[in-house]
Amino acid sequence: MINYDLAVIGGGPAGMAAALKAKECGVEKIVILERAETLGGILEQCIHTGFGLHYFGEELSGPEYAAKFIDLVKETDIDVKVNTMVLSVSEDKTVTAVNTSDGLIKIQAKAVILAMGCRERPRGALQIAGTRASGIMTAGTAQKYVNIDGYMPGKKVVILGSGDIGLIMARRMTLEGAEVKVVCELMPFSGGLTRNIVQCLNDFNIPLRLSTTVIETHGKERLEGVTIAQVDDKLCPIPGTEEYIECDTLMLSVGLIPENELTKQAGISLDRITNGAIVNEMRETDCDGIFACGNVLQVHDLVDYVTLESQIAGEGAARYILGKDSGEKVYIKTVPENGVRYIVPQKVNIKSKEDIKLYFRVGAIYKNKKLTVEAGGKVISSKKKVKLAPGEMENVVIPSDVLASLGGTDTIKVRVED
Amino acid sequence: MYDVAIVGAGVTGAMTARELSKYNIKIALLEKCNDVAMGSTKANSGIVHAGFDAAEGSLMAKMNVKGCSMMAETCKKLNVPYKNNGSLVVAFSEEEMKHLDTLFERGVKNGVPDMKIISKDELLKMEPNLNPDVFGALYAPTAGIVCPYELTIAAAECAVKNGVEFIRNCEVKSAKTDDEKITLDTTQGEIEAKYVINAAGVFADDLARMLGDDTLHITARKGEYFLLDKSVGNTVSHTIFQCPSKMGKGILVAQTVDGNLLMGPTAEDIDDKSNVATTNSGLDTVKKFAAKSVPSVSARNAITSFSGLRAHADAHEFILGVSEKNPRLINAAGIESPGLSSAPAIAEYLSDTVKSVLSDIKIKENYDDTRKAPVRFRHMTDDERAELIKKNSSYGRIICRCETVTEGEIIDAIKAPAGARDVDGVKRRTRAGMGRCQGGFCGSKVVEILARELGCDINEITKFGGNSNILFDKTK
Repeated sequence: MINYDLAVIGGGPAGMAAALKAKECGVEKIVILERAETLGGILEQCIHTGFGLHYFGEELSGPEYAAKFIDLVKETDIDVKVNTMVLSVSEDKTVTAVNTSDGLIKIQAKAVILAMGCRERPRGALQIAGTRASGIMTAGTAQKYVNIDGYMPGKKVVILGSGDIGLIMARRMTLEGAEVKVVCELMPFSGGLTRNIVQCLNDFNIPLRLSTTVIETHGKERLEGVTIAQVDDKLCPIPGTEEYIECDTLMLSVGLIPENELTKQAGISLDRITNGAIVNEMRETDCDGIFACGNVLQVHDLVDYVTLESQIAGEGAARYILGKDSGEKVYIKTVPENGVRYIVPQKVNIKSKEDIKLYFRVGAIYKNKKLTVEAGGKVISSKKKVKLAPGEMENVVIPSDVLASLGGTDTIKVRVED
Repeated sequence: MYDVAIVGAGVTGAMTARELSKYNIKIALLEKCNDVAMGSTKANSGIVHAGFDAAEGSLMAKMNVKGCSMMAETCKKLNVPYKNNGSLVVAFSEEEMKHLDTLFERGVKNGVPDMKIISKDELLKMEPNLNPDVFGALYAPTAGIVCPYELTIAAAECAVKNGVEFIRNCEVKSAKTDDEKITLDTTQGEIEAKYVINAAGVFADDLARMLGDDTLHITARKGEYFLLDKSVGNTVSHTIFQCPSKMGKGILVAQTVDGNLLMGPTAEDIDDKSNVATTNSGLDTVKKFAAKSVPSVSARNAITSFSGLRAHADAHEFILGVSEKNPRLINAAGIESPGLSSAPAIAEYLSDTVKSVLSDIKIKENYDDTRKAPVRFRHMTDDERAELIKKNSSYGRIICRCETVTEGEIIDAIKAPAGARDVDGVKRRTRAGMGRCQGGFCGSKVVEILARELGCDINEITKFGGNSNILFDKTK
């Protein structure tokens, strides 16, 4: 058994930011456990730019963004174990992991930060009929083949799902000489960032077909084509709209799922909408001393927000380890209402002396609506919004004086209004 | 020249190869695909049936009941997971209850032990998640579950270890017979054998025809399935059948030995014997009928769907033994359900047939009918894991995070006798890529390990042989 003050599971942007913040706050023995060969997480394969605009005020590629944090980690005495897979985390904060050099290791930590990221929804979950040919893969897998391994996973491509990775890969494949025939999106709107639709599709004349899905795959060995069809407002394919498109590759960008297997094993409660842990304003889960941040907590669209969220978790873990969070705590719930799908954090301490930022997503596209925040039955803000979209995470600030005015039975509600 | 060439490395061919490998004869196991278990064996329900379905006195009935009784021991020797979980045929009306009586009586005549007709109350106690509208069920405690491709992989490994030559990517194009032998013209060149065992699944009639036997007619009958996540694997503990019809045993809901839940199959006769595409209508049928037995099952928990083909002979009976038209051809055709259950018995039956036609056949002294258990990191205790990594550090690198599969296990799968040559082959042997992310993360790593171990470039690696390549040229 090795003792650490803090064990951080995952060395992507979330894990690194959390560990660095905890270090800054005075935590001594910290270890980051990373399953890949290097720190950086999924950023290492995101060679496009667009990272860091909010946090650093400059446009960086994924590896550049990661490198800034990797350098900072190297300047500290934070231990880093790469090629290390965590097998379990227990409620008493024992972490079991394996790698090729140490073998099986057990770490007893005072606090744990979960920063395992997310995975892509695979084909099986979509129930697309047809053959099981090669050439059907998630956009992230394709991205790894192209950007890390240096091989083309296809030449004629159809992309299902207009999530950001799908949009980025549409451009990437085009630049590598592949023909991206169409991006199909089941919903009547794209789940990706507007800037990606403009820069990755429009600039390359790649058609985006909304309310359209892939209903069948063809080809016995390598994929030879797909049948696409329009869908009605219940998302069911409309007979007669089927269209065959010849392609050798179908890339799926149909959603991300937080990787919470370790979280579940530890008995931590999850939010049914985010598929991440239920946390308080310091990103502490319902298991004392276990925190969660980044895409394992909620799927973000910008890494900058991952960094900010993880710094909160790092600070929270530091306070927990250093015994600085012993003040009175009265938690109340945050409640997503009309049009708002979820809110993170799900509960906040009204005795907190600081402003608290709530992050959330809406469930559909809204134009010229108001975002209203109600606390303890009183509307505390109502902001006009030209556009709200599920693809773009929103946030509101709850000032500390508003929190101080609330009682233990109150709630904070966020909703979309006319 | 081989004494025996077995065409088709499905469960029948591989189990027969293993059984014959105990003798001092030269055997080839020919497979047209890149791996064993690529046809009907790959995609079926994985049920070891008790044996009350097949007609009294039929070969099917005899093989099934005998095979079922042999399965536990066979799986033990081959270190293949087997679970004797019992089956329930559920009735939803008085009329169906009467049908259960018929099945019961037939079972008794077939020699199925310990069956019972149970009441609604007993049934719901055994399986609380069943539709409360059930009337009762036929309980057959001898039924079990086994993974069909694991059994086949293990049998092929055992056969190869005992001297059988496994030749993959070997499709028979044409054949001729003379007084001494059969000559098969294959995609791997000419292969001569004194006797040919036709275990070619849905293509058994085509092969028989090449060898002058036009008495067989095999129809490919497609069955579509959903495989659900392990989180709902315990919804039922017994295999749940509905009352059978003339197209088969209907849509079942069953646990798999790996702990997933399986629902299916449909039954649809098709013309193209290589068409294993799933269909929207087929998958809808599975959802509808599975929900009748177990209302809570939902395709929302599906991690994948797939379909397979049954090799249905017109008479719905196994065709086993020396062909009437060609004395050098031994048929093992029409092996549809309960073919998997029957496999150990069919292997013995065919082995006896070979013994009756080949003179001077003796049991080898060094024959070993076992297969060593493969390393299964996910099933080990932490102490065992620590010990293992100390001996070989490649077991300390997890490749598939969903199923906790190590690099060492993948290397073992590639290096095994009749080992994996493609991504799906690694998946079937180790479960890498079979979990929630379906290979999203580990797929590219498996490709790299295959290329490294096989000494080829990564763009030569396929998903399942043929033109199922995963990567094209290098990027610009």
